[in-house]
Amino acid sequence: MKKIIVSLLVLTGMAFTTLSGQKYFTREGKVSFYSDAPLEKIEAVNHAATSVLDTETGKVEFAMLIKAFQFKKELMQEHFNENYMESSVYPKAIFKGKIEQVEAVNFFSDGEYPVVVKGKLTIRGITKEVEANGKIVVKEGAISGTAFFDVAVADYEIEVPRIVRGKIAKIVRVSVAVDYQALKKKS
Amino acid sequence: MRLFTTLAIVFSTLFNPLFAQEDLLSLLGEDEPTTNYVTASFKTDRVINLHSLATTAKGIMDIKISHRFGFVNGGISELFGLDAASIRIGADFGVTDRFSFGFGRSSFEKTYDGFLKFKFLRQRTGARKMPITAILFASGAIKTTPFQNPDRENFLSSRLYYTFQLILGSKISDGFSFQLSPTVVHRNLVSTTSENNDVFALGIAARQKLTKRISLNIEYIYVPPDQLAPGFRKSFSVGFDIETGGHVFQLHFTNSTSMIEKGFITETTGDWLEGDIHFGFNVARVFSIGKPEAKKKKSKR
Repeated sequence: MKKIIVSLLVLTGMAFTTLSGQKYFTREGKVSFYSDAPLEKIEAVNHAATSVLDTETGKVEFAMLIKAFQFKKELMQEHFNENYMESSVYPKAIFKGKIEQVEAVNFFSDGEYPVVVKGKLTIRGITKEVEANGKIVVKEGAISGTAFFDVAVADYEIEVPRIVRGKIAKIVRVSVAVDYQALKKKS
Repeated sequence: MRLFTTLAIVFSTLFNPLFAQEDLLSLLGEDEPTTNYVTASFKTDRVINLHSLATTAKGIMDIKISHRFGFVNGGISELFGLDAASIRIGADFGVTDRFSFGFGRSSFEKTYDGFLKFKFLRQRTGARKMPITAILFASGAIKTTPFQNPDRENFLSSRLYYTFQLILGSKISDGFSFQLSPTVVHRNLVSTTSENNDVFALGIAARQKLTKRISLNIEYIYVPPDQLAPGFRKSFSVGFDIETGGHVFQLHFTNSTSMIEKGFITETTGDWLEGDIHFGFNVARVFSIGKPEAKKKKSKR
């Protein structure tokens, strides 16, 4: 009898791993940022951010190539990569965090759920805590999310020479928009 | 039995999601390989005199003010060359990311020049690699000073000079770029029979970034013997590029007086060892003149 109980415990424990934590992903997440400074407005969009969301735990992660940020002005893109972000040394920006109180979000019921996401953002090898406000939208079974947060340029040791200080804002607004697809577990 | 229970408990905790610290992103596996076009091999489209591997970006007008003072060996009375000055004013335009053109006028010999520059190979890393950038370059110049001998029958074509160049190079590392520029300069009229109308030369140039915004540039133009009259020398220039936002300042020393191809390649008379060195500077200022277009999602395979 004991054996049966224990075996059942083991089996249910293992079953949890396969049923639980339905994961969602995208490779086409949209991350953009906007710097509003008196002498210049700078805007760029990355349409190729990768993201994975675990609806069970609320864990969410993002990764994107800095070189994939596109600017309207080619020279701005070149300076962004060469001088400010040094993207050949630090090719990616990574965010690992968690949706706070993810139980409040019903991923199986259509609706809009405001969320707060907290986590660690790593840019140029430097990691800082960020908190983002956003919402998860569930529509006809499809999960999508938007969020925004502010980043202080100096936090990531991005050097801005005095001569161009009027052109780059001290705080940059980052916006995120993702449409998730279910990640099929490899069996 | 105890062993079984222990194993069972160990098993279920190992597989229990509450204990799993998996990295979510790693579930996606490897990123698809993308192709990156190499940019910023040089800070502007000139090394010092020579055209560099870089072309003017699409929709950009790059205003060029180039200034060359007199020879440094003029001594204190000439303020080491600062008293004399020659200028080229010009503008370069980027039509596409591959094609640019430009024109200018030099006060030295009152010459107008124009060029076309077409990048037919672009250096790429990633999925589809290309180790070099290759550019076809053509320029023409017209000298407008009065003819030396007005009594002789002088032709308009005598005022014309053409240069054809292949620029081959690579951004070898983040800080170091290197290029070779095999060139032929055609002069319709030359002073003496000891000079060739067609002069072949090889430009060799490199840049090394010293800081994010400052680089050291060097160029040397080798002209094989028996093409130019004695007394003409090979052009050698050394300089710094300083980039600040929309400007690139180039400060350099060179033995070439002229700032256009036919001049610095085939008509350099300065001897470095004699102090026939010009201090000069170029200012390149970019303006956006094309309509900025919202870039669409690009997936480079």
